[in-house]
Amino acid sequence: MSTSSDEDDVERIPLCSRPEWSDVQPLPQDDGPNPVVSIAYRDEFRETMDYFRAIYAADERSCRALELTTEAIGMNPGNYTVWHFRRLVLESLNANLHEERDFVDRITFQNSKNYQIWHHRRWLAEKLGTEAANRELEFTKQVFALDAKNYHTWSHRQWVLESLGGWENELEFCCELLEDDVFNNSAWNQRYFVITRSPLLGGLQAMRDSEVCYTSKIILADPHNESPWRYLRGLYKGEIQMLISDNKVPELCLKVLEINKSNLFALSLLLDLLSRGHQPSDELRAVIGALRSSQDIAGTHGLAATLCLVLETVDPMRSSYWAWRRTNLPTGVC
Amino acid sequence: MGELEGKKHVQYIVSVEKKKDSFEALVIEHLRLNGAYWGLTTLDLLNEIEAVKPDEIVQWIMQCQDIGSGGFGGNVGHDPHLLYTLSAVQVLALLNRLDVLDIDKVSDYVAGLQNEDGSFSGDMWGEVDTRFSYIAICCLSLLGQLSKINVESAVNYIVSCKNLDGGFGSIPGGESHAGQIFCCVGTLAITGSLHHVDRDLLGWWLCERQCKDGGLNGRPEKLADVCYSWWVLSSLVMIDRVHWIDKEKLTRFILNCQDKENGGISDRPDNAVDVYHTYFGVAGLSLLEYPGIKPIDPAYALPVDVVNRIFFSK
Repeated sequence: MSTSSDEDDVERIPLCSRPEWSDVQPLPQDDGPNPVVSIAYRDEFRETMDYFRAIYAADERSCRALELTTEAIGMNPGNYTVWHFRRLVLESLNANLHEERDFVDRITFQNSKNYQIWHHRRWLAEKLGTEAANRELEFTKQVFALDAKNYHTWSHRQWVLESLGGWENELEFCCELLEDDVFNNSAWNQRYFVITRSPLLGGLQAMRDSEVCYTSKIILADPHNESPWRYLRGLYKGEIQMLISDNKVPELCLKVLEINKSNLFALSLLLDLLSRGHQPSDELRAVIGALRSSQDIAGTHGLAATLCLVLETVDPMRSSYWAWRRTNLPTGVC
Repeated sequence: MGELEGKKHVQYIVSVEKKKDSFEALVIEHLRLNGAYWGLTTLDLLNEIEAVKPDEIVQWIMQCQDIGSGGFGGNVGHDPHLLYTLSAVQVLALLNRLDVLDIDKVSDYVAGLQNEDGSFSGDMWGEVDTRFSYIAICCLSLLGQLSKINVESAVNYIVSCKNLDGGFGSIPGGESHAGQIFCCVGTLAITGSLHHVDRDLLGWWLCERQCKDGGLNGRPEKLADVCYSWWVLSSLVMIDRVHWIDKEKLTRFILNCQDKENGGISDRPDNAVDVYHTYFGVAGLSLLEYPGIKPIDPAYALPVDVVNRIFFSK
């Protein structure tokens, strides 16, 4: 049973000229008298879909039906009805699902943002069971090599881990991706996913210290990266007291401000710490004092309010947000 | 600042040019109901819904319904799916023709797709995604049939998809993404459950989507795209934080994505236009209160007067 579609290599023979299709009367699409959205079709596409509609209407679950869905998918992999019918045909024919997976692999690379394909993959993997885990993890790695932020691929990988297993090397995989592109927010999200959900790692509490260390190094290497700052906050989820009393965090912010004195993320994190009751060190007071002078901020303002005023200037796009923060500082904040 | 070429966009929508090799031609057949929703809602927002004949549209929509299940497919002869069922209900609402529906039948189809954990599948094949939670709840709410589902477990499922940054993903643990955030916040808004959202935290994440060019992206370190003018903006409106973005810069970004010659709006300046981005650009401008555009409801994604007609005219 052929599942390949080598249209580019061989000139396509119209279905109406193929003897094996001579018994079928193709069903044309009824666009209605005044289509809401007027569409034009490439002739081959129109013909393929006309034949598909005939086979679908007759519920013919044969080998030629499977091949026809292959052709239809090759032309338009977004047509979800073709995918549904293909599954019905595969089940009726008790088809070789490993061959099917090979076909899906090829199609996925060309259409990696297609919902139908990823769902079909999942359906296949469910049928193949835990033996499919490694292959699926390997495959998603290959897709990430082309697009490391592909949302569908990440959803699929997360599903594979939770349903079929394979957590052993996941943290290492995140490290590799972050070495390739430290700005990859998806990889940061996956890192959080692993440290909080992997049955092999002990959870957030156990991983916190080493992760704070790892994240701090990355922040210092490039403080303009949004993702590790959010990740750092996430490491203290549900532990506000720990966050505001752990000196490592404000010290990190101050180190960043030495490199780049108007770093938005460092300033914003310091603001959040102060807003939650963090007691500032002398060094922090001095740095904010220096910022006040360099930004020519007049009047008496507390430390947190000063930070808000500085942020209004360094992040003017969001000046309304920083102004709102200033008017909503909790009472008693420094 | 440039202007909105309203008339050109209407012309674009009413007759998409017949081009044999057009990408849109190839992919849109099976999701024509979505296309009808995008196109017709845009026309209504631009006060030009009279440009189409409702009877023919209603007739065609009803042909898209699967008699057995009660759900709607993307076009005649297609399998039913939640995506197209919502579009069908939304278009019928726009045209004030909800009376043609067997409300019980459609609602039963939607309600039947809720899973034990409160999530929703898109159709009988079982794909789960918070998009489907929103679609189901929006649809049932418009039909007045929310009581057919377990609202509490639906809300709990959404909450289980909340991330450390205040955002939401497609499944528990999934990366925060503006599109998914719209779906989750919309679900919570419609079910009166917005107290589950940390408005300040999420509001900040959302306003950080604004890029230097004034456009909005969907996740950190990604490019701005006009469709996020809807996903991000409607979310901000629902949690009452829209004043945190620079509205003028965003308006300018959307207007720069117009094809001023032929009409239509694209994902970013100078790219090819399509009906999808045309809708989201105009809907975004509506939320920004651009003159000449009707106000749009951020949760139901329909003009406010349509929503009012459904909920307040009885």
